[in-house]
Amino acid sequence: MITLGHYLGLSAALFVISLAGIFLNRKNIILLLMCVELMLLAVNFNFIAFSRFLGDSTGQIFVFFILTVAAAEAAIGLAILVVVFRSRRTIAVRDLTSLKG
Amino acid sequence: MLPLEYLPALPELILAGCICLLLLVDLFISDKWRDLTYLLAIATLLATAFGVMTVMASTGPGTLEVFAGSFVSDPLASFLKSLSLITLAVIFVYSRAYLRDQEYYKGEYYLLSLFALLGIQVMVSAGSMLTMYLGLEMLSLALYGLVAFDRDSPMAAEAAMKYFVLGAIASGCLLYGISVIYGVTGSVTLTEVSASLASGRGDDLAVLAGLALIIVGVAFKFGGVPFHMWLPDVYAGAPMSVTLLIGTVPKLAAFALMLRVVSDGLAPLAIHWELVLAFVGVASLALGNVVAIAQTNVKRMLAYSTIGHVGFILLGFSTASRDGTEAALFYTVVYVIMAAAAFGTLILLGRRGDEADQLDDLRGLNQRSPWFAAMLLLVMVSMIGIPPLAGFYAKWWVLAALIDAGHIGLALAAVVFSVVGAFYYLRVIKLMYFDGAQSNSALRSGADLRAVLSANALLVLGIGLFPDALIELCARALG
Repeated sequence: MITLGHYLGLSAALFVISLAGIFLNRKNIILLLMCVELMLLAVNFNFIAFSRFLGDSTGQIFVFFILTVAAAEAAIGLAILVVVFRSRRTIAVRDLTSLKG
Repeated sequence: MLPLEYLPALPELILAGCICLLLLVDLFISDKWRDLTYLLAIATLLATAFGVMTVMASTGPGTLEVFAGSFVSDPLASFLKSLSLITLAVIFVYSRAYLRDQEYYKGEYYLLSLFALLGIQVMVSAGSMLTMYLGLEMLSLALYGLVAFDRDSPMAAEAAMKYFVLGAIASGCLLYGISVIYGVTGSVTLTEVSASLASGRGDDLAVLAGLALIIVGVAFKFGGVPFHMWLPDVYAGAPMSVTLLIGTVPKLAAFALMLRVVSDGLAPLAIHWELVLAFVGVASLALGNVVAIAQTNVKRMLAYSTIGHVGFILLGFSTASRDGTEAALFYTVVYVIMAAAAFGTLILLGRRGDEADQLDDLRGLNQRSPWFAAMLLLVMVSMIGIPPLAGFYAKWWVLAALIDAGHIGLALAAVVFSVVGAFYYLRVIKLMYFDGAQSNSALRSGADLRAVLSANALLVLGIGLFPDALIELCARALG
């Protein structure tokens, strides 16, 4: 029997994997964008699981909005990626060091 | 004709319509007609202001809800909308000459700024976490684009990338927190969430996890320590006119986000978030004011100064009292006015192909222009918090609220770090008045920029001399 706990566990695992991916990755920016998407998918998973077990459709509606925003976000992320590549000829995260914050 | 029940959303509908129109017009005009875009952008702000006034006249001091409670129109929303409209108009006036000088004079700047404004307006009117999230994303996505606005600058591209990735993480955390709160309370409408938490579901471990994640997201958008890493980089990397925008209007939205989601929506959990906000507040004050001393770039210095001011605003919230919230609103408004004047002066100092973004560029400003040196002096003294300027009352009210709530230690820490912070503001004054100018070239700028900038800086003095009017407005906005 699959309970709510299983779904939440999976979603939490996805969330942690995506966070770890963002902070451990030193190779390239495309991986960062993939991790950001994974993070939003983890949230979607949470919403759908809750929505199903509460018998309330708000969560599913929220998921539609998140999917839409995620698409717009990916588009802007890739656009910025192109700008970075044009001005630096590299997309390695470790080369993004001219600002020291 | 618009059905009357949607009236509370009138300003947003007008703004969205005008933006689409502007998008089309801008596409068909050539570069030498770009002033038309500027005028239309100002007209859009006026039309939206008309919408806000219509809503204010018809709702009065009451609260109206539309779209099943996910969009509210109350005095606070109208107050913050009016402020953000005025601030954006001022920003447009400041940045016009700069944009033309640096050859960034494109319609995109105005369009993206207006989209950001639409996001802010949705946020300040949000009645549910869904609306809040959508407004926040509309604001953030427009700002990511604006930071990367100068496509040939590697610095701007890098700043945009960092802002984007960190902003996406913050939105992810905020959303995860919202999903947990939804799971426990079964609703995303803020009033229902608050009612459900008050009826005894507030002690769950899950609720605390959700609360922590939401606070991470909100603190990031505010720029509170330890989620401040993006602020100095974005301020320094973005073109000056974009820094001016990011440093001012979004703070009003961040205030609404904090007030509506944490302070009101999660009010039953106040015992838990009070402590966290106090910690973030003091940490921001300490780090912002100490690190700012080491900066040689004015934009980075002002970024760390922002972090310090955010510390004060968060301390106001941390009292979880009506007085504290009022003080936080007053502080936010005063901060936005001071930041607009400070960045406006930096824009004034910039020359073609050379932003005045180093502290050395301020050297001997008094010899080049005694009037604007005096204006910047007013702003800096107000940021230190010396009476009779606006910054003094802002700090005073937060400290009074802290002492009323019994947090003497926090109040003492705030005072100590303000004194530490005085050092770098005084250094700016010393550079302006006691050091020789590097170049003696007179400032060249339009009369509109000079007039608005003077009015803006004198407003800091005006609020300082007559603080009651703004205090009254803040009190009425919070109802």
